[in-house]
Amino acid sequence: MSEQRLSERVLTPEQRKHIDHWLAKFPPEGKRSAVIPALHVAQDGNGGYLTAELMDAVADYIGVSPVAVYEVATFYSMFDTQPVGRHKVNVCTNIACMLMGSDDIVAHCEQRLGIKLGETTPDNRITLKVEEECLAACSSGPMMVVDGHYHTHLTPEKVDEILDNLE
Amino acid sequence: MTDKAEAKNPDTVTIEVDGVEMEARKGSMLIEATDDADIHVPRFCYHRKLSIAANCRMCLVDVEKAPKPLPACATPVADGMKVHTRSERALKAQKGVMEFLLINHPLDCPICDQGGECELQDLALGYGRGVSRFSERKRAVKDENLGPLIATEMTRCIHCTRCVRFLDEVAGFRELGGMGRGEHTEISTYVGAGVHSEMSGNIIDLCPVGALTSKPYRFSARAWELLSHPSISPHDCVGSNLLIHHVRGQIKRVVPQENEAINECWLPDRDRFGYEGVYSTERLQSPLVRDRNGHWQVVDWEVALEAAAEHLQGLVRREGADALGTLISPNATLEEMYLAGQLTRALGSSNIDARLREVDFSDQDRRSVFPALGIELEALENVEAALLVGAEPRWDAPIVNHRLRKAAKRGGAVMALHYRAQQLNYGLAEERVAGPAAMVQELAAVARALLDLSGDEAPEGFDNLLNGQGVEDVHRSMAKRLRESARAAVVLGPGAQAHPRAAALRMLGSLIASLAQARFGVLTDGANQAGAWLAGAVPHRRLGGVAEQTPGLDAAAMLKEPRRGYLLLGVEPEFDCWDGAAALAAMNKAQSVVCLTPFVTETMRAYADVLLPVGTFGETAGTYVNAEGRWQSFPGVAQPVAEARPAWKVLRVLGNVLELDGFDYDAPDAIADAVERGCSDKSASTAVEWQAPGQAGRESEGLARIGLVPIYGGDPLVRRAESLQQTWQGRDQKVRLGPGVAGSLGVEGDGRVRVRQGEKTVEMVVAIDAAIADGAVWIPSGVSETAGLGPMFGPVSVEPL
Repeated sequence: MSEQRLSERVLTPEQRKHIDHWLAKFPPEGKRSAVIPALHVAQDGNGGYLTAELMDAVADYIGVSPVAVYEVATFYSMFDTQPVGRHKVNVCTNIACMLMGSDDIVAHCEQRLGIKLGETTPDNRITLKVEEECLAACSSGPMMVVDGHYHTHLTPEKVDEILDNLE
Repeated sequence: MTDKAEAKNPDTVTIEVDGVEMEARKGSMLIEATDDADIHVPRFCYHRKLSIAANCRMCLVDVEKAPKPLPACATPVADGMKVHTRSERALKAQKGVMEFLLINHPLDCPICDQGGECELQDLALGYGRGVSRFSERKRAVKDENLGPLIATEMTRCIHCTRCVRFLDEVAGFRELGGMGRGEHTEISTYVGAGVHSEMSGNIIDLCPVGALTSKPYRFSARAWELLSHPSISPHDCVGSNLLIHHVRGQIKRVVPQENEAINECWLPDRDRFGYEGVYSTERLQSPLVRDRNGHWQVVDWEVALEAAAEHLQGLVRREGADALGTLISPNATLEEMYLAGQLTRALGSSNIDARLREVDFSDQDRRSVFPALGIELEALENVEAALLVGAEPRWDAPIVNHRLRKAAKRGGAVMALHYRAQQLNYGLAEERVAGPAAMVQELAAVARALLDLSGDEAPEGFDNLLNGQGVEDVHRSMAKRLRESARAAVVLGPGAQAHPRAAALRMLGSLIASLAQARFGVLTDGANQAGAWLAGAVPHRRLGGVAEQTPGLDAAAMLKEPRRGYLLLGVEPEFDCWDGAAALAAMNKAQSVVCLTPFVTETMRAYADVLLPVGTFGETAGTYVNAEGRWQSFPGVAQPVAEARPAWKVLRVLGNVLELDGFDYDAPDAIADAVERGCSDKSASTAVEWQAPGQAGRESEGLARIGLVPIYGGDPLVRRAESLQQTWQGRDQKVRLGPGVAGSLGVEGDGRVRVRQGEKTVEMVVAIDAAIADGAVWIPSGVSETAGLGPMFGPVSVEPL
């Protein structure tokens, strides 16, 4: 009896079913396209971040090399490879938002939460993520994304309200 | 059709580069055309053997009508294209790219091993600014340990991704990747797994900067001090071409010498790092002679050669010439083999052999002039079907595996019949795992399936080989693929040659090949087994394959019926012979043992009477004949360590001291010429004539040993190449057995077991490995853990400790 496959041990049947749903959308030679949605599935099931084991499991399940999965997971800022807080706050600092005062928004968040960009509050409530790229809401800056939801035309007051409502 | 259209080659287009009109192959990239025309376009990421990444941007050139400079490596040629590689726009683009590449590159050239042979350094001289305009912080990247062979300094990396692409596309395992993004990009394994490929050293050559350098060579010389001389790898029957880089006669490193027909521009790690063994602490420094009281005396060469002559002559006088046996390493040069053969025969004995890891010689008179692969290495990558029998190409001959992998990637069906499941870097079309006892009948079943397909009658006695084995789907499928392929090959590896019924395997392999109209051949042990046959270093053939009237004893017989005296050339019997235990016992019992050896061990001191230090890799000129039958000569480059002398010189003088005729050569090429003149038939015919086999003997019951040699265990040199020994392939020497066998024996993974073979026992760590054939146990030979155990194949017992 051979050992159980890593993907079967680490990923739940529901998660595998979810990944199957994505795999079905691509032709067999393009199955690596399912890596990003599969990583989201794995990350969502693990408190918002990925471990090497989870990435290996995704690689095993989809049938690509682990290194190819690590590359994807480390490239995109929507994936975390270190433990994070319950909520992820991404403030856009790209050029349009910067012109609209995103630096002040960042400074306000940092002061309000008592942490720097890239850190997590001691109560594990919020991670203030380092945002690398434009978040695609240039017409409405400054803006931020909280757990996938867009908040635009930010002011310090609006930020306070949003942050305070995160449990 | 107009005249003009007719005149034009449909496969090429006409382009103009720097005002010169040229033809370029349709679909090729601009950089290929400029390279062919010797127009230099700077580049880092482009490599003609790797996929195109176009990520360094250094090769930007000015193409007329294009809105901006285009990368020459990723721009296909088009008819009428006008390109300027040195125009202001091109140079400005190239210089701009260079400035960006240097932004994060440390200015540590004085302490960088790549300094002096660095592509970035060279191009910075041509395209860089004298002073950096970048005043911000430079990034630093943490180093990663990639293993004992490759040193890293990842801050120097410019992310060309050649190493990433090589490992994925050529070595076959995606071990490195580009992690992170933008300024934070790092080439890494991410999890610290290291790089494990048997071809990993090539990324050192590929790295255009000092990010990946050779760990064993590190900081031991500067590129401009090194002299470079061509040589041939002494580790396998491929004969990879290489360059020895040395300083004042001391080998510093080895790099590949490009030869498209053999190793392309690659070099397996064994060939690249094996040189470390040359400077092992076990090198024999001066001639040693055992005095009357049994004490070793350091003597000068004259005394030592006199003593050696006395031992040999005295032995022949006292005991008769048949009492002498000569065992030669299959890695000895053609010249050494010839002289050793001449010497042994001149003394009256034909007991000479280099086939140390074989035991079944029953077909030796029916075999061709020398054992060969039967197919050119280059042609291997175009086979549509290949059946490997008792071969592990990744470990036996990495370049052969590289070619087979290319064949497989092109859709060729590579198939294997072996004692364990293969660990390959490509998929097998068919695979059968069978224990040693079933090997012959399994191969016979493939032949049977072919006979069924062709309707031919089975040759006489065929059923004795089939031994009741049924033809199963896997046999039929192997047969069908071989038969239906225009280009097919059947290759028997060292694991088949070492089999107790190797002759039957060869006969079946040859039969299968003839039925399927495929090529047939063998991958031999050592670098120059073919040379041994040609030079008369086998008991049944003289120079040029001329049959010996009264054949001498073969390597196995010389040990089974121990001789009173031996002449050993580069052999460590306990590691290099089919039955290490018997070999060592024979040496210990012999009256006289004269060793020509680069190395000395306590074991050797115990049985030898005269120890003559001879040169090893790089230290001696010579010739190897590879598996294709290709003769490749190489010069002596390095200064032999201490008192060591090239073995051909030692044999020559020994011949003179013994007052034998035909030992007047004063250069190795004169010897090679003599051998060549004696070899009228150098063609690599490989077929083995059918001879009706008798009834198969009863296989012994119980557990069967599979005692094949791991990749870094094959010869005295590589066994002393320290860095290779530290790799996982070098370290991981365990008893391996399948879960079924483990269960019945009551052994557990990682536990210790006692292995008993005949009267010998060793204790080893065990690994449960489902790849191993049922009823068999993997106990490697050629490694210190199992030194002194018995035959490579045979009954063995394993008990938990």
